[in-house]
Amino acid sequence: MVAEIGFGSLFISLIISVYGVIAAIYGTGNHQKKWILSAQQATRLVFPLLTISVGSLIYLLINNNFEVVYVSQVSSLSMPLYLKITALWGGQSGSLLFWSWLLAGFTSAVVLKKWDRDQDFLPWVIVVSLGTLVFFILLNTFFENPFVRYWQVNQDIVQSFSQPLGGFIVGPRDGGGLNPLLRHPGMVIHPPMQYLGFVAFIIPYAYAMASLITGRSDDRWIQLSRRWTLWAWLFLSLGLILGARWAYDVLGWGGYWGWDPVEISALMPWLSGTAFLHAVLIQEKRGMFKQWPIVLIILTYNLVIFGTFLTRSGLLSSVHSFARSTIGPIFLVFIALTFIASFWLLSSRWDKFKSRQVLTSFFSKEALILISIVLLLGMLATTFWGVIFPTISELVTGAKVTVGPPFYERVAAPIFGGMLSIMVICPLAVWSYVSFKHLGKLLWKPFAVSLIGIVLPIIGGLTKVPALIAFWLVAFVLAVNGFEFIRRTRLRRKTESETLPETVTRVFQRNKRSYAAMIIHVGIVFMALGIIGIEFFQTETQGTLAEGQELQLAPYTMEYEKLEIFDTPDARNVARAVVLVKKDGEVLDEIYPRRDFYYDSGQPVTIPGVRSTLLDDFYVILVDWKAVTSEGATFKVYHNPLVKWLWIGAWVIIVGVVVATWPEKKSKMAGRNNVRPK
Amino acid sequence: MIQKSKRTLWWILSAVLLLSLIPVAANAQGSDPTDDEVNAVAKQLYCPVCENIPLDACGTAACEQWRGIIRDKLAEGWTEEEIKIYFVNQYGDRVLAEPPRRGFNWIVYIVPVVIFVGGGYLFYRGFEQWRSPEPDSNVRKKEKTTPKPVTLSEDDISRVEEELRKRSQR
Repeated sequence: MVAEIGFGSLFISLIISVYGVIAAIYGTGNHQKKWILSAQQATRLVFPLLTISVGSLIYLLINNNFEVVYVSQVSSLSMPLYLKITALWGGQSGSLLFWSWLLAGFTSAVVLKKWDRDQDFLPWVIVVSLGTLVFFILLNTFFENPFVRYWQVNQDIVQSFSQPLGGFIVGPRDGGGLNPLLRHPGMVIHPPMQYLGFVAFIIPYAYAMASLITGRSDDRWIQLSRRWTLWAWLFLSLGLILGARWAYDVLGWGGYWGWDPVEISALMPWLSGTAFLHAVLIQEKRGMFKQWPIVLIILTYNLVIFGTFLTRSGLLSSVHSFARSTIGPIFLVFIALTFIASFWLLSSRWDKFKSRQVLTSFFSKEALILISIVLLLGMLATTFWGVIFPTISELVTGAKVTVGPPFYERVAAPIFGGMLSIMVICPLAVWSYVSFKHLGKLLWKPFAVSLIGIVLPIIGGLTKVPALIAFWLVAFVLAVNGFEFIRRTRLRRKTESETLPETVTRVFQRNKRSYAAMIIHVGIVFMALGIIGIEFFQTETQGTLAEGQELQLAPYTMEYEKLEIFDTPDARNVARAVVLVKKDGEVLDEIYPRRDFYYDSGQPVTIPGVRSTLLDDFYVILVDWKAVTSEGATFKVYHNPLVKWLWIGAWVIIVGVVVATWPEKKSKMAGRNNVRPK
Repeated sequence: MIQKSKRTLWWILSAVLLLSLIPVAANAQGSDPTDDEVNAVAKQLYCPVCENIPLDACGTAACEQWRGIIRDKLAEGWTEEEIKIYFVNQYGDRVLAEPPRRGFNWIVYIVPVVIFVGGGYLFYRGFEQWRSPEPDSNVRKKEKTTPKPVTLSEDDISRVEEELRKRSQR
């Protein structure tokens, strides 16, 4: 019965979504407001309907209804409650339903706002976002139905939602359980974050399309979608970071990023989304390059769908599994149609979105932002090429190849350096015009301070030139931002009689967005520290130790104390090593690398033991063991300098985005340009 | 007689040569390779079964077996390159972290260069154009209807300059 309720509400939501799209188009075409209002009501109705559908699936998961195919695939009796709930996005059909539910929620939130000022946008925002929703609900209804059940017909077991002739419901006593790799807290939160980011970017795209269709070339669509864009970017960033954290904690290879096609499919919309975020700024401040944000949001939208397509279509495995996939070709057609339609629309409005302002200097803020956008696009094009090349190679030559980390790193490293260099100059550059001489005046003090970034590592014995350059750039960015904040505070203190905390608060409040950007960039620089640490200085070793034996790596020594093997109430067999971490003979910590074997799915998961400090991580993996004999256990050990800054940087970015999106009082400052007083 | 002594000499020389080879072979066999030596090779290869996982990090039984093969080959004195070629012959180019630089595979390396060089050039050209965009047609029409260009007197100019100076001091 619950499965029927779930599917029924899913099907009704499909019909209502289709109706909403048609009503919005008809209402606009015939200037009939009542039809547009009806479309608005339809949009509001879809979210509760999909909530019922999602709620039904969660109910089936919690109550171990293994007669439902999806439940039997991703859940099991021994799984704790929270994992049963999160199994909603543990498989294909469930995650697609979750995707639709989020999009319905966002679309409803958009139409709930007052539309008095932007009546002309409303129907088109509904058409675009609800149209995308129709596509995803269609997939769920006809190709990836999460409510399909097992039926016994004569001697055969068939999978069907509706009852076959003479069939009765059957189901296994226990399910296969969630893939153990997905039971990590990072993986529990990672997909929702990723999806939130993906789905939230659909809203600015809908506004952009509305702007193109209505021909409004002002930046109203950008203002309306600004918060959506920032939150989308934050969630997408968090999705990537949590994914990295999960890889670091669970995959057991001592790293966080492997340039895997699935990772890249999440990175690509982030690259275009970041470029969009910056292009929007140029349009807002200078009214220039109005076509750029639209091009970039179209790319982001299509890369969001492409990312979902890549992971869902089987294309990554091989061309053959793509051909066998039911939803792969449908995805491809949808991407092609939306891509062509969006760019056709843009080309038809191209002249209307032309701007007459000119670039005056290579060092103006808009020029520097433009260069960073081009760098991001270069990175995007290269990663896209790297991801699709194995498929092209398979189609042309019949042989599949791997495009792995060395290919991407060759491109990423210089772009990363270029981006950091721009981050050095950008906070000091002003909109419209700035001379190199003026920049030089502002730069020399931070430059002098930034030399610490070279001197300290050299004193510490570092000789790798690329690493020294990277450290120097990081120090330079931090110094520039620090000096800039101090300079602005001093300027205000000259004119106002306030206490220092008051001045700092006022300076911050006066230009909240600018400082939020500063915080976000500092967060990115912290992350850069983590990346530099692991990319340049990671060391590793492996050895088999008997109890009491030691293994040395970098400044640390690990001593293998003992191995404990036991069963847990949630049906795991745990082999846990007790390892002492020592430095100069002194015990610093006790860590527990372990391997969990999940009885329900029959799969093992390796969880490292990590001693983490701001300076470095000592990361130990239990590779193998001989429990009965005295041969001991094999450990793989990594020394990962500075990696903790990667996670710290992520927290700083969150703070930055929260500051940027914090609702502000309507003040006199609203809308003023961020032009530095001379 | 000469024939016989020649044959003896040949046998002695052959025996010396063979004996001299024994230590070389023993050296090439060497001691058991360490885990780190095995991992150094495995890191450069990709698991042929599990997608996109380097062989040194893959925990499946098959990969453990392949690491065993690497260990055996190293113990037999094979070089890194020879082991990589062995795996390519067994499982195809996909076991390498990057496509080998030959034939059709060259495209994967050429395209990013084209993207960056072409993109950089286009950006530079665009930049030049953005610095002096073509006047648009509406503006030209307006210019035609303007009766006279506005000219500023010296007084006006000095007033504007004074005003600007005051603003900058504020």
